[in-house]
Amino acid sequence: MVNRSNHTEEAIWQLLETVKDPEVPVLSVVDLGIVRKVIIEDENTISIAVTPTYSGCPAMDVIRMQLRILLLENGFKQVNIQQVLSPAWTTDWMSEKGKEQLKAYGIAPPLPKQTVCHPDAFQEEEAIQCPHCLSYHTRLVSRFGSTACKALYQCLDCKEPFDYFKCH
Amino acid sequence: MESDTIVMNETAITDALIDCTLQLADDSLIMGHRCSEWCGHGPVLEQDIALTNIALDYVGQSRNLYQYAALLLEQLPKEKALSLVDFDIIPEHITEDSLAYLRDVGAFKNHLLFEQPNGDWAQTILKIFFFSVYRFYLFQQLQNNADERLAAIAEKSVKEVTYHLKWSSEWVIRLGDGTDESKFRMLQAIDALWPFVGELFEPAGYETLCYYSDMLTFERLRSDWLNKINQIFETATLPPQSIGRWHQTGGKNGYHSEHLGYILAEMQFLQRTFPNAIW
Ligand SMILES: [Zn+2]
Repeated sequence: MVNRSNHTEEAIWQLLETVKDPEVPVLSVVDLGIVRKVIIEDENTISIAVTPTYSGCPAMDVIRMQLRILLLENGFKQVNIQQVLSPAWTTDWMSEKGKEQLKAYGIAPPLPKQTVCHPDAFQEEEAIQCPHCLSYHTRLVSRFGSTACKALYQCLDCKEPFDYFKCH
Repeated sequence: MESDTIVMNETAITDALIDCTLQLADDSLIMGHRCSEWCGHGPVLEQDIALTNIALDYVGQSRNLYQYAALLLEQLPKEKALSLVDFDIIPEHITEDSLAYLRDVGAFKNHLLFEQPNGDWAQTILKIFFFSVYRFYLFQQLQNNADERLAAIAEKSVKEVTYHLKWSSEWVIRLGDGTDESKFRMLQAIDALWPFVGELFEPAGYETLCYYSDMLTFERLRSDWLNKINQIFETATLPPQSIGRWHQTGGKNGYHSEHLGYILAEMQFLQRTFPNAIW
């Protein structure tokens, strides 16, 4: 709970850390990099700019609602949540802490080298590390996975399948 | 006199912007619907998931576009807005949902190509490949459009399209350069879809006002598209193609094949039967 006197921007960013991506519940919306701006207009009014990871991400509606409820609970009377599309979200905006949390959860974090996706077919890609046994001996099973932001891989050493937060 | 002319031109450009936004939205929605028809029918689980993921991207893109069209329309006097969009059922407010669910065939502006049936796996792949290449180059141009919001939607979408392009190119190559059967299916798919590709490069009046203001840009879109198709076809050992003079047209101006009616009947059924239902 943030009380009226500490409606500072820093306190709000800390508060927003408690809102998780419902599809990857270890990752906060701040670590995911989708909260782009926090503006405290006055003691009753706050504006937040969020950007979707993917145009059709079904978690966005839930996230927007969670943000609104959280800020209303914390004393704001008017909460403006604005969607911005430009600049477009990139996996580069995910925090280092977020990447560590993803890995601990069993999802291979995005590779810094693959934030810009290339359209060429069968292009040679950097090896993705297995989040379970840390082997680089892995293979792509499918370019698409359980949610819009992931691809499916398999480890050739421990044989476990795992999700990879794909280039975007 | 002079100021009157300026006002008229600005109005024409706003009208064209609404038409363009709807055209882009309709292409995305119809492609999204076609891809979603595969849900539960994919040849293997991973590719079933691929198609539903792609459908989700398309529907998401169409939502961003319909929301923008609705915003532009809501700023106009209602009478004027209703003169621009032919609603089958007049909505209280123009929203992304009323644009998707309450217009009939003649009001849709999608290209004929994208309403064609899915056919087999080869035809589905080829259609997504054609759409991906088209959107890849179109959105690259649109990212620099004078209209900031349209440019932002293009900037966002092109990243998703790039990934679809990679995936669909790989499938065209895999099938074209695969077995006798898969190659035969690809050749059949080309025969089925090629008569419709010319429409992509025949700009409607509103497109000319909006983003093909200079014909060079438009010519470049066609040559970029065809070069990419032929580059992938060559790798896939499929015969090179050219765009001839004759092709099927009409979709962009509301003249559709019988297929769109069936799509809308299924897609709009719930909203037509239970108006304003939410879930
Ligand atoms: Zn492993």
